[in-house]
Amino acid sequence: MNRDVSYSLVMSRKKESMKNSMGLNYQQFDISPIAFDYEGLMNSGGYSVSEVQKIQLETGVGNTPLVELKNITELARSISAPGKGARIFVKDEKACPSGSFKDRRASLSVYHAARLGYEGVVAATSGNYGAAVASQAAKYGLKAIILQEVYDSRKVGQPEILEKTRACEAYGAEVWQLTVGPELFYIMLLILEETGFFTASLYIPTAIMGIETLGYELAQQVKEREGRFPDMVLIAHAGGGNVTGTARGLQKAGSHETVVVGASVDLRGLHMASDHDFNRKSFTTAHSGFGFPFLTMPDRTDVPRNAARALRYLDRYVLVSQGEVFYVTELLAKLEGLERGPAGNTSLAAAIPLAKELDRDQILVVQETEYTAAGKLPSSQLTFAEENGVIVKRGDPGENVPGKVIVIPERAEQIQAENVNLDKIRQSYIKNVVEAAKGYRPTEADIRFMAEDSKSSIEFVRKTLRDLAIEVAA
Amino acid sequence: MRKTNKKGPIQTATKGDLVQIHKVILTPEQRPEGLPESTKAVPYEAWIKGFLLDEKAKVGDTVRIETFIGRELSGTLVEVNPIYDHNFGKPRQELLRIGMEVKKQIKREGKPSHE
Repeated sequence: MNRDVSYSLVMSRKKESMKNSMGLNYQQFDISPIAFDYEGLMNSGGYSVSEVQKIQLETGVGNTPLVELKNITELARSISAPGKGARIFVKDEKACPSGSFKDRRASLSVYHAARLGYEGVVAATSGNYGAAVASQAAKYGLKAIILQEVYDSRKVGQPEILEKTRACEAYGAEVWQLTVGPELFYIMLLILEETGFFTASLYIPTAIMGIETLGYELAQQVKEREGRFPDMVLIAHAGGGNVTGTARGLQKAGSHETVVVGASVDLRGLHMASDHDFNRKSFTTAHSGFGFPFLTMPDRTDVPRNAARALRYLDRYVLVSQGEVFYVTELLAKLEGLERGPAGNTSLAAAIPLAKELDRDQILVVQETEYTAAGKLPSSQLTFAEENGVIVKRGDPGENVPGKVIVIPERAEQIQAENVNLDKIRQSYIKNVVEAAKGYRPTEADIRFMAEDSKSSIEFVRKTLRDLAIEVAA
Repeated sequence: MRKTNKKGPIQTATKGDLVQIHKVILTPEQRPEGLPESTKAVPYEAWIKGFLLDEKAKVGDTVRIETFIGRELSGTLVEVNPIYDHNFGKPRQELLRIGMEVKKQIKREGKPSHE
């Protein structure tokens, strides 16, 4: 059949294409233009944590070591008030088959695709997720197509993404290296129409359920070793899957008191779809350019309802600078003997300032690391930044300007975790959700949904609606 | 931008060679509205690798390839035997001493540093 492949026509077939490529009908979970049955969606795959663990064990995903970072803890204590400086642990997710926690995210979706009889999987990602999908597809004998936003219009690509192209191809995937633009989604729809493959979106329920084992595992590891659950878990936040899956896993393990903190690299001011800004950032994920919109507009993604809903789970959200992440990447190698990729150390950067707030006997867990390779290193990323007109220097990280200046701290005590006002984020979320429902008046059930979905309260949602002069259904 | 091998870039390929093709997916006019100016001004492009299906071709020809998963695609041949040229970067003065600095600091355990 010869179908029209023009941009507007392919995009107009979005709903049909996505439904065919997921074997999942989202409409059954709709409650109103605002509310939907989130837990119903999450349970739709029918996998329990122990079943997911069993599936992941088959391909060597998970069961990663929990390592106490004693020297970094000592460093944090040397700059803390007396009695302060929590013990810092890291979950060494680099030990997963393709080198990051993204194997968890990919494993269940690819298993699910194989079970449903799909011939292959498609994923749009410039991050570690591509390699994870390709690796899992190899294990299950499925074909993988990975779509990556790699180049600006000069065909200059970030070393980190070029490394991921290499990794995906090493696992046998067909990789489309694309220029900057949201049309990545158009290409994905086009390829789904051509191939009939499964869309291994980052935001489907199986992608998030696959990550639940991470939170579950780390809670159990801490409990077994220390006789208690962790006091705080630090999670790099971008699209929301890492926070959502980990937090859900912590809850399922019974670790209800753990403070869930999201951390993103501060890239405020850089436009994510800009050809010009594209190569002025050193971080391609776990940054505010994804972090903010995915909190305030979780459903603006490639699936009808996003299973990654970080705002439901975050107790706190902090920003760190690129220079601070490069600095702690050095600390991890030089003090702890763990040479790991910088992007995976985003939440580690926040660990030092946050450990200073906690007592010495408290436990803080940084829940990931990632593999490192050519391109995924502070040295290659800083060299690239300089080649693209970014100033690199040592000094006070407060002088960091995203896209212009990267400041490597001179001392550990200069590292700050800037608190993001989550109430403001919640207000934006409520505003966006109501606007997206186009003229629909929220009901009591919608207000309850928004309170849950933003981890606020019914009173908070009511007040926000009043402040925004939004009428509520009688 | 592209690196070459020692003898300069290879210009011709024969059937079965690994090649990279280029495709313009959307011209600037075909791109959607609402993009940043610098993005809207340029085409939306793709590069894909695979094995040449044509008997013989040179850089600039329109060719067919078989991708790593066995799909057939066509596009303009841009590189023969494309290499991965991302690397470890240059040594960075900003990073090199961090390890030594913090080790000194830990030795003065408990005392904040006031350098």
